[in-house]
Amino acid sequence: MKYMLMFISDDSNWDPTKPETQAAYKRIGEWFEEHTKSGKITGGEELKATNTATTVRQRNGKITVTDGPFAESKESIGGYALVDVKDLDEAVAMAKSWPALSAIEIRPLVTHDDPAARLEP
Amino acid sequence: MTDELERVFREEHGRLTAALVRSLGDWDLAEELVQDALVAALEHWPEDGIPENPGAWLMTTARRKGIDRLRREARYRDKLAQLQEEPVIGATAHGDERLELIFACCHPALPRESQIALTLRSVVGLTTAEIARAFVTPEATIAQRLVRAKRKITEAGIPMRVPTADELPDRLAEILGVLYLMFNEGYVASASPERRDLAEDARWLAGLIVRLMPDEPEAIGLLALMTLQLARAAARFSPQGRLILLEDQDRSSWDPRAIAEGIALVERAGRMRRPGPYQVQAAIAACHAEARSWAETDWTQIVMLYEGLTRMTGSSVVRLNHAIALAHVAGAARALAEIDEMSDELDRYHLYHATRAAFLRELDRPDEAREADRRALALTDNPAEQALLRERIGA
Repeated sequence: MKYMLMFISDDSNWDPTKPETQAAYKRIGEWFEEHTKSGKITGGEELKATNTATTVRQRNGKITVTDGPFAESKESIGGYALVDVKDLDEAVAMAKSWPALSAIEIRPLVTHDDPAARLEP
Repeated sequence: MTDELERVFREEHGRLTAALVRSLGDWDLAEELVQDALVAALEHWPEDGIPENPGAWLMTTARRKGIDRLRREARYRDKLAQLQEEPVIGATAHGDERLELIFACCHPALPRESQIALTLRSVVGLTTAEIARAFVTPEATIAQRLVRAKRKITEAGIPMRVPTADELPDRLAEILGVLYLMFNEGYVASASPERRDLAEDARWLAGLIVRLMPDEPEAIGLLALMTLQLARAAARFSPQGRLILLEDQDRSSWDPRAIAEGIALVERAGRMRRPGPYQVQAAIAACHAEARSWAETDWTQIVMLYEGLTRMTGSSVVRLNHAIALAHVAGAARALAEIDEMSDELDRYHLYHATRAAFLRELDRPDEAREADRRALALTDNPAEQALLRERIGA
């Protein structure tokens, strides 16, 4: 099954000049390399901090463009990995081995070989 | 015949469900087929007798019913092919797919209340109505909980398998947590006769886990704990449904066979030398069960066990129980001083206030005791506990 792992953290704690951040980068690089080699990762990127975010929203037929992320929250998505693994347990095991401090939301991707879709006439 | 039927159904329900879910990947269809097969058994077995291999009979029937159903609905063509490949009961590494089923039902990616409902539905075979009665919750709520849980299992890819060795301790702890919650739901509530008592169901499930994973001391510990608590069940309520505290229970109505069984389980787990919270709680229950009277209880041993349990769990509720035992060894003043340290964490817990009240009464401070009992009364909605507290405040 395909999942997206979304790495959620407080990006105000993420200071690239700090040695611990640099060490974390190194571990994250190794994590991506290891799981890409084993064929589990099919894609993934790091995102720039939320102070670079822009939100485009459609409401009542009107489109507004605003500065900032879609949700006012200290935590935001700092990066993602697309993975292709056997089941949720494998995705959870990957998330558990993520080497940085963060919450990780795991969401299955909608795919067109979804068995539920096959049931439709 | 009825007892025998019930026993067979209970054994086979989870097996059939697991085998069909595995082969079809469709929980709803699997459950419907299990129901169909059980109904067919109810029609035939009372006349023809229970077949030699009831599981195989039920599986054959479920398959036939399934094929009939699916033939009527051409859109299930894929599933039909899967059924024709003959799902086989016991075709897993552990020889009993109920274990995999339980791991799926108690997956940590499901909310706790759904874990309980789904385990009762799929493994034990309770109906939605029975589960609703047990939780005093509208049937529609339970039905919705089950639908959501099954959908999440399918769509999020929650697997039906025993977790790998490094995940196993956490995942087993999750299952045991679900079963203990289920047990307490029944054990605390068993005062009202119209509610279904889940305590026996929980114990049956714990026994099943122990049969399927005989080398897990915490599972044995949980089974021991449930067995020992149920051994005292008959003494816990007066004929009028009043709660009777351990101290005042008629110990001659405790079940000596169940107590012996529980103690043997505690010892069996202990020999594995991997202690854990359920084993310690069972050992405490065993101390109470072995005491001929409240006065003869081995409080020193119980205090020591609670100290161990506090270290393992860091729980303030456990510390509260430690203080209750300590009162018997070191006096109410010491115990009161210990629980007063926890007033912040436990202020919303009714038994904290009820315990404080008991200590204060013993120390001859009746006004403060009554005030503490009032706080406790305001915090519990269990009718039996409320009745007991009202009596104390009035007295």
